[in-house]
Amino acid sequence: MANSVKPEITVQSHLEAAGVSRRDFLRLCSVLVATAPAGLALTKTGSAAEVAAKIAAARRPSVIWLHFQDCTGCTETLLRTSAPDAAHLILDIISLDYHETLMAASGEQAEAALRQAIADNAGKYVLVVEGAIPTRDDGVYMQLAGRPAVQVVKEAAGKAAAIIAIGSCASWGGVPSSDPNPTGAVGVDTVISGKPIVNLPGCPPNPYNLLAVVLEYVTMNRLPELDDLRRPIFAYERVIHENCPRRAHFDAGRFAHSFGDEGHRKGWCLYKLGCKGPVTHAACSTRHFNETPGVWPIGIGAPCLGCTEKNVVWSMGTAETVPIHLATPPDTYPPIYSSAGKIKTGAAVLVGAIAGAVGSASWVASQRFRSSEEAGAERIAMDRAHAFKDAAAARIEAAEWKKEEVTTEKAEAAERKKED
Amino acid sequence: MAITRRELITTIAKAGATGAVAVTAAAQPLRAETETVSIPSAAVGLLYDATICIGCKACVAACAEANGETPDTRGDGLHQAPSDLNDLTRNIIKLYKPTDGSPASFVKRQCMHCLDPACAAGCPFQALHKDPESGIVYWTADKCIGCRYCTITCPYHVPRFQWVGYNPRVTKCELCSHRLAQGLKPGCTSVCPTGAVIFGPRTVLLMEAKHRISQNPGRYFKDKVYGETDNGGTQSLYLARVPFEDLGLPELGQESVPARTLRWQRRFYQYFALPALLYAGLVQVIRKSVKGHVEEAHEREKETGLRAQL
Repeated sequence: MANSVKPEITVQSHLEAAGVSRRDFLRLCSVLVATAPAGLALTKTGSAAEVAAKIAAARRPSVIWLHFQDCTGCTETLLRTSAPDAAHLILDIISLDYHETLMAASGEQAEAALRQAIADNAGKYVLVVEGAIPTRDDGVYMQLAGRPAVQVVKEAAGKAAAIIAIGSCASWGGVPSSDPNPTGAVGVDTVISGKPIVNLPGCPPNPYNLLAVVLEYVTMNRLPELDDLRRPIFAYERVIHENCPRRAHFDAGRFAHSFGDEGHRKGWCLYKLGCKGPVTHAACSTRHFNETPGVWPIGIGAPCLGCTEKNVVWSMGTAETVPIHLATPPDTYPPIYSSAGKIKTGAAVLVGAIAGAVGSASWVASQRFRSSEEAGAERIAMDRAHAFKDAAAARIEAAEWKKEEVTTEKAEAAERKKED
Repeated sequence: MAITRRELITTIAKAGATGAVAVTAAAQPLRAETETVSIPSAAVGLLYDATICIGCKACVAACAEANGETPDTRGDGLHQAPSDLNDLTRNIIKLYKPTDGSPASFVKRQCMHCLDPACAAGCPFQALHKDPESGIVYWTADKCIGCRYCTITCPYHVPRFQWVGYNPRVTKCELCSHRLAQGLKPGCTSVCPTGAVIFGPRTVLLMEAKHRISQNPGRYFKDKVYGETDNGGTQSLYLARVPFEDLGLPELGQESVPARTLRWQRRFYQYFALPALLYAGLVQVIRKSVKGHVEEAHEREKETGLRAQL
C-alpha cells in the first residue's frame, strides 16, 4: 500500500473506488462532528453532510507513520474499532503511505518504501510519530536499519508539512521516560524544532482525535488551536472530572472506597481509589473508545490514571488522590440557621454542675473574704490602740511641756516683779 | 465665710444639673417616631425569587470566582461546602426543609444593602459605608480597625470577619462593583440558569416583584416583597413561598435597626432627665458616704484630741 496512491486523488474518488457507501462515510463524519463540536474550523459549521462534502473534495492526505519506543497501542486503538468498517474507512480517507505495523514489506523493501514515500510527498505529508525517542548515548538504544531513531525522525520530519505526536510517549516521553529513564527517552518536540507539531497524549489517545487533526489540516490547511503543551484545545481543554458520568456521585459524596465494595459495584465516584480525573486534561469522559458507550477506564470501574499528563501518570501513586483545583459546591445544602441547635439534657446538666461548682467556690471564697475583712478590722483596731497609746504619751508630754511652760512663765513673772 | 471643697463641688453640681435641664428643654423637640430613610439616587440591587430557584448553587461558585476567592473547601477538602457565609463566602444557597412535609424552599443569602445599614451605623471609623449614588455598602480595608462591631450590629449577620491571618478582612457582598464598572452583571446573576436572582435598579426590581405577585396570586407568602420596607428598606429584595422568618430573614418592622437604636438613645437623654436622675442619685450616695466619714473623724478627734485628717 506504500506508494500505490497518488496524492492528487481526492477522498471522494478514492472512497468510490474502494466501494465505501455514502451512509458509512456520513456516519463517520457525524462521529467527527461529535468528536470536535468546537475548536476545529472543519466541524465548526453545521452538519455532517457539509463536513462530508468538504472532506470528499479534499486531496487524500498522505500520512507517514513512524514507530519508536512504543507498544503499538496507539496503532491498535486505531485498528481495534468495534465496527471493523470504521478502521477501514479511516484508512480509506487518509493515504497511509508508510506504517511498519500495517505494511507487508520488511527489511530492505520497507526501507525503500519509506524513502519512496518521503520523496513522493515531500513537503506535503503529515508525519505521525508513535513512541518516544531515546537520546542518551547518542541515541544508540534504538536503531532502525542501522541508524539511530533520532536521525530517522529528523530525516522524516525535515520534509514533513506537519508532525503529529500520537500517544504520551511521542508527546513527552511516556512509559519509556519514567524514572530513571535509562534511554533518555523524550518526546518529538524535544528533538524537532521549526515544524508545526501537534501532541495527542493519551495511552492510547482516541483515534478520532488523530483523524480530526489530519482532516483539519487537509481541508482547512491549518492545524487546530493548541494549548501551551501543543495539545489541541478541542480535545484537551477540559479535565475529565468536569464531564465525568460519575460526577453526580462525587458531588453527593458517594465514593467507592475499595475495589468491589458496595460503592464500586453501584458505580459511585472513584476519586478515593486514586482517580486522577480532576487533574487530567482529556476528552475521554465524553468520547469513549471503540465507538462503544462506556468503554473507557472510569466507565468500566477503573480509576483514571491521568495518562495524558506528564506529571501525573508515572509520577504519582495509583492510589494517591489528587487535589481538586476548582472545587464546586456539593449537592447538599446548609440549613438556614447553621449555628443554632437544641440544648441536650446532658449538656444542660454539665453546664449546671459547672455553674454550681463555681457558685459554691465563690461562696466559700466570700466567706474567706469576710474573715479577712474581720482581720482588717482587727488591724485597724490595733492601729487605733497604738494611736491611743501614742496619744496618751503625747498627752503626758504635752502636760509636762505645759507644766514646764507654766514654770517658766512663773519664773519670768517673778523676774519681772523683781525688776519692777 | 470660707468655702470648703465639698461645698464648692455641691454648688457646681447643682448649678450644672439645673442648667442642663434648662438647655435640654429649650432644645428642639424629638424627631418623629419613625426615621425616614432616604433612597440613594441610583440604587441598584438584587431580586431573588425563591420560588424559581432550583438550588443549583451556580451562583455560589460564580460569586467566589468573580471575587477572586478560593472556593471554601474547609469542610471535606473536595467541595465548596461552607455551612454559612464566611470569610471566603459572600453568597450562599441554603435550604429550608420543614420536617412536617410542608413546602421546602431554597434561599440565597448575601448582603441586603440596607437603605439604612446597621453595619455602617455601628462602624466607629466608617470602614463600612453606603455609596450615596448606587447604595452599595462597601468595606474599606484601610479604615477598618478590626473591632467587628459590624458583624454584631448587622441584623442579617452578613459581614463576616476573617479569623485567620495577620491582616484580617471583613467580607461581604459588594454587588460585584468591579464587574459593574466593566459593564458586567454581578457574578451570581450572570450565571443563574432560571433567573431566580436578577440585578437591576431597585425601583425596577420592585416593580418586577409586584408584577410577579399580581400575575401569580397565592404563589407568594403574604404577597409581600421582603425588603420593600423591612428594616427601613433594603436593596436586595426577596420573594418566597414560605414565611421569610423561616428563611432566616427576621421580621424587623419598617423601622431600620439604626433608627430604632437612635430613637431609644434619644429617649434616654430626653430633657436630660435620666442622666440628671442618675447624677442626683450618685450625689446622694456620695453625700451619705462622706457624712459617715466626717462623723467618724469627729469621733476620733474627740478620742485622741488630735485633728482628724480626711
